[in-house]
Amino acid sequence: MSVLAGPDATTIVPPSAPVGGEGVLRRLFRRKLAILGLVIIAAVVLSAVLAPEVAPFDPNEQFFDGLTLEGSPLPPSERFWLGTDLLGRDLLSRILFGARNSLIIGVVANGAALIIGTLVGVVAGYFRGLIGAVLMRFTDLMMAFPALLLAICLAAVLRPSLWIVALVIALVNWVQVARVVYSETRSLGEREFVAAEKTLGASSSRILFRHILPHLTSTVIVYGTLGISTTVLLEATLSFLGVGVQPPDASWGNIIFENQTYFQAAPWLVFFPGAAILLLALAFNLVGDGLRDALDPTEEGRH
Amino acid sequence: MATYLFRRLVQAVLILLGVSLVTFVLLYLLPADPARQIAGRTASAAQVASIRAQLGLDQPFFVQYGRYLASLVQGDLGRSYLQRSQVSDLIASRLPASLLLMVAAIACELLIGLTMGVAAAVRRGRASDHVLMVGSFVTVSAPQFVVGLLLLYVFAVKLGWFPIGGYGTASHLVLPALTLGILGAGWYSRMMRSSMVDVLRQDYIRTARAKGLRRWTILARHALPNAILPVIAMIGIDIGLFMSGIVVVESVFGWPGIGQLAWQAIQRVDLPIIMGVTLVSAVAIVLGNLLADLVAPFVDPRIKLQ
Amino acid sequence: MTSLLKRSVAALALSAAVLATPTIAAAQSGGSITVTYKDDIATLDPAIGYDWQNFSMIKAIFDGLMDYEPGTAKLRPGLAESYEISPDGKVFTFKLRDGVKFHNGRAMTAEDVKYSFERTVDPKTQSPGAGFLGSIEGFEAMQGGTATELSGVKIVDPKTVQVTLSRPDATFLSVMALNFSFIVPKEEVEKYGADFGRHPVGTGAFKLADWTLGQKLTLQKNPDYYREGAPKLDEINFEIGQEPVVSLLRVQNGEVDVPGDGIPPAKFREVMGNPDQAAHVVQGVQLHTGYITMNTKAAPFDNLKVRQAVNMAINKERIVQIINGRATPANQPLPPTMPGYVENFEGYKYDVEGAKKLLAEAGHPDGFETELFVANVDPQPRIAQAIQQDLAAVGIKASLQNLAQANVIAAGGSAEGAPMIWSGGMAWIADFPDPSNFYGPILGCSGAAEGGWNWAKYCNEELDKKAAEADAIVDPAKAAERAAAWGEVYKGVMADAPWVPVFNEKRYTMRSERMGGDDALYIDPVNTPMNYKYVETK
Repeated sequence: MSVLAGPDATTIVPPSAPVGGEGVLRRLFRRKLAILGLVIIAAVVLSAVLAPEVAPFDPNEQFFDGLTLEGSPLPPSERFWLGTDLLGRDLLSRILFGARNSLIIGVVANGAALIIGTLVGVVAGYFRGLIGAVLMRFTDLMMAFPALLLAICLAAVLRPSLWIVALVIALVNWVQVARVVYSETRSLGEREFVAAEKTLGASSSRILFRHILPHLTSTVIVYGTLGISTTVLLEATLSFLGVGVQPPDASWGNIIFENQTYFQAAPWLVFFPGAAILLLALAFNLVGDGLRDALDPTEEGRH
Repeated sequence: MATYLFRRLVQAVLILLGVSLVTFVLLYLLPADPARQIAGRTASAAQVASIRAQLGLDQPFFVQYGRYLASLVQGDLGRSYLQRSQVSDLIASRLPASLLLMVAAIACELLIGLTMGVAAAVRRGRASDHVLMVGSFVTVSAPQFVVGLLLLYVFAVKLGWFPIGGYGTASHLVLPALTLGILGAGWYSRMMRSSMVDVLRQDYIRTARAKGLRRWTILARHALPNAILPVIAMIGIDIGLFMSGIVVVESVFGWPGIGQLAWQAIQRVDLPIIMGVTLVSAVAIVLGNLLADLVAPFVDPRIKLQ
Repeated sequence: MTSLLKRSVAALALSAAVLATPTIAAAQSGGSITVTYKDDIATLDPAIGYDWQNFSMIKAIFDGLMDYEPGTAKLRPGLAESYEISPDGKVFTFKLRDGVKFHNGRAMTAEDVKYSFERTVDPKTQSPGAGFLGSIEGFEAMQGGTATELSGVKIVDPKTVQVTLSRPDATFLSVMALNFSFIVPKEEVEKYGADFGRHPVGTGAFKLADWTLGQKLTLQKNPDYYREGAPKLDEINFEIGQEPVVSLLRVQNGEVDVPGDGIPPAKFREVMGNPDQAAHVVQGVQLHTGYITMNTKAAPFDNLKVRQAVNMAINKERIVQIINGRATPANQPLPPTMPGYVENFEGYKYDVEGAKKLLAEAGHPDGFETELFVANVDPQPRIAQAIQQDLAAVGIKASLQNLAQANVIAAGGSAEGAPMIWSGGMAWIADFPDPSNFYGPILGCSGAAEGGWNWAKYCNEELDKKAAEADAIVDPAKAAERAAAWGEVYKGVMADAPWVPVFNEKRYTMRSERMGGDDALYIDPVNTPMNYKYVETK
């Protein structure tokens, strides 16, 4: 059931490598959506960096008048734009300050997982043999290993910090990327253009970098962008067990996590941080999509 | 094939051994004294020491690990420190519920995710593609607890279509499977879309089109089988996630799965249960990945088992 | 339809009898109810079960020699028909009730009493409550493995048991009403071995009918129960594994009668703000104190002034507000309803300036850095953050250690201890309503050792002596004197300020429309979430 065999299969010209950086950038900027994404990311980064300047209040201050007399949080108002949380703190300020932690988790930890996972997956999928088997069994081992337990042990032994949680997330998440990339690489490695290159005597690194990796970009982008959301939320679970961002410091994940049972009584406490996570992930996705199209000169009919 | 399978199974045993060793080390290092927890508030030091000796916790690490392996080989996972029941009983009573939910949720994910993914790929760049993209990011970014509670509130409490949680009949299964399925569908649809877009660009699809094949024939016969490969790898991963990490959905819907058992055990440092659940989920993960590797060549015959 | 008809006919037939024998009529009203819990029911073995979920269930399946008047903290004889205490307070003679049968049909005898006590004390049982029986003569020998019997427990005849104590112990009768001294049949324990906790057989008002691990459990009325008029229900179904928020939805929807985990904080205002729902809430006090411990053995909390300063720095009113007013501020270890509570006690008033002054005097004019441990269950981390802010206001920078309960307990009990612990979620809820129960393990010297529950590592030997003296006052006629003696002990504790008593939690239980019975049964001081034996359906 060979579906690949078009009559001209053997004469396919190998898709060529990405062209120079300047061209890529220009093409990227031609896409409005990608620019929108860049703008959003820039805004988030800026507000995280400038949080002390732009935040209306100290994110950890529990305002006496931030709660009703019965101790309920306040809905959005003129004074507290996004309302207050269960301790009477200003939600907007907490989201702005929390952006720092969440960016580190969503971008750095997730990015590290992506890079490790892609490398392992590509190497295992392309070279196969002993290296491949060892790498993939190691991946299986890591996947089968209870991440929460590791987190708790680290929490109990080390001082909790953002970097530990970033480490745990990177350690846990690369395996999934590796698995998916591995299976794609295995299939790519058998494609005609790779075979053609091999017969032409191309080096492994040339094949990897010029032919395999470019074909993996879309998968990697999907993983990387969706991973932003899941890792930001995962950080909250880990914090809960004592590993990561500890109260009173905020992260988008732990704002949601602390307040999720209150989502009927105080929906703003879940909605706003949730929207922030969504926005960040979407923005990266737009940029990622734009980047992929810009990197891929073979594609025709761009819209 | 047979030798490949044999080799993989041997490797699987080694992986499990590795998982058990690392888990055991971590639990050993964990600063929470089970003997003291068992002995309670009024216990004297002598009493704590006696319990420690009875459980063998006063032995050196390798003796403890050796004993654990020795009973494991006989199918004995030990007794829970705090529940005092056989860990195997505790797991066995929850395993069917976990497996059922896993199968239903994966079916949901595939159904929703693949449909959305293919639709988005075919209509690439148009409004519906963008709507589906935003939709999939919303499902992935939404906290599961909230999604579950919302579904429960709307469909069970307000509309009364389904029971408010519980376990037993098909109608109990719908909402938890859907909650998990929606989240997973976000992943599957993005993955499916991207790999479908790649495939649709390939020359053989263009050739097929040029030959005048019908659009749906091209999609179903030529594009889909090639695009589905990464999705299969994801199913393997999912099996693992479902066996260990769905405690939120379980507790919202009162679903008696393994996740809740594990979560309670972790909170209370009930070592035998943690070990048992870890091993069971490790088996599921290893088998899931093996299955994914075995299925891949059938979908894409260029891939050979090595 | 038919069952409804039958029931109303039965009700008619019975109504004539109601006036004459009200208890019997009530006993036959029957009915089946549903109670939910989030966490598993660990075991129903009375020597082992020590959880929020199973503690009261065990009280429904088993009995002790002593018992409580329903809805109160008043002791009354249980399986013992009567008892005598020797003048020196060291010999208790229990006369057993006639005609008490285990669920397996066998009559209970004095042998069973001896066996049950020894089983709890036997180190092989690994009972978390063995220490409660510590005053029985021969306890140490049996715990230490040098004896296989408790020398202090003698069978005088099949209906009489004599217990000799190694020291006078005024709490002994309360201990006889505690789960760990409940009576179990030897043959069943031996039959099931370590699984007895899953196949419990007692003398109690209910017997276990069905148990699907991790899902549901059904208790069925024991028709041969020795006490007339109990139990009132035919059946109690426990459903396990659902979020408290969802359980509450089910209560509101009429599917569940009592949410075992109570009204979750997230739903509290909603329920109380709706008169229809608030009408189903029963509110009462609880023998509970939430407190902050300070490690008195390590700097900076080894300085009394620092501990006093912390006591003055905490804004307890604000903390009570944060938990929606579900508590009252506390100023001493004992809750107000406990004998020995000191009325008019001043305690330490909230005084930020005064606290700063004390800190300066202690040599910390700019405060210091420390750690506050807290269990990671809502609302505890929130309370800890409020404490953190209060401490910051006087210059103390406390970083939070937000951990699983087991890890917090381990940290508190470790040799070096934890600087500060917020007790919430692990706090002392009295095992029995007696002032001594708040002292020994959590404030006495014995608990200050490694692995103990005295997280403040507080040890004042003079107070230990006073406490022992108070407990030696066994004559029930001198109860007031004993309570006053205990009051002095706790005043002494507060002078040393090893704790900040923060609040006494109130209890809020919700019950469905069809649940009947006195409100007191739902806020029973020794049963949570209710006294299963005496509640009924309307």
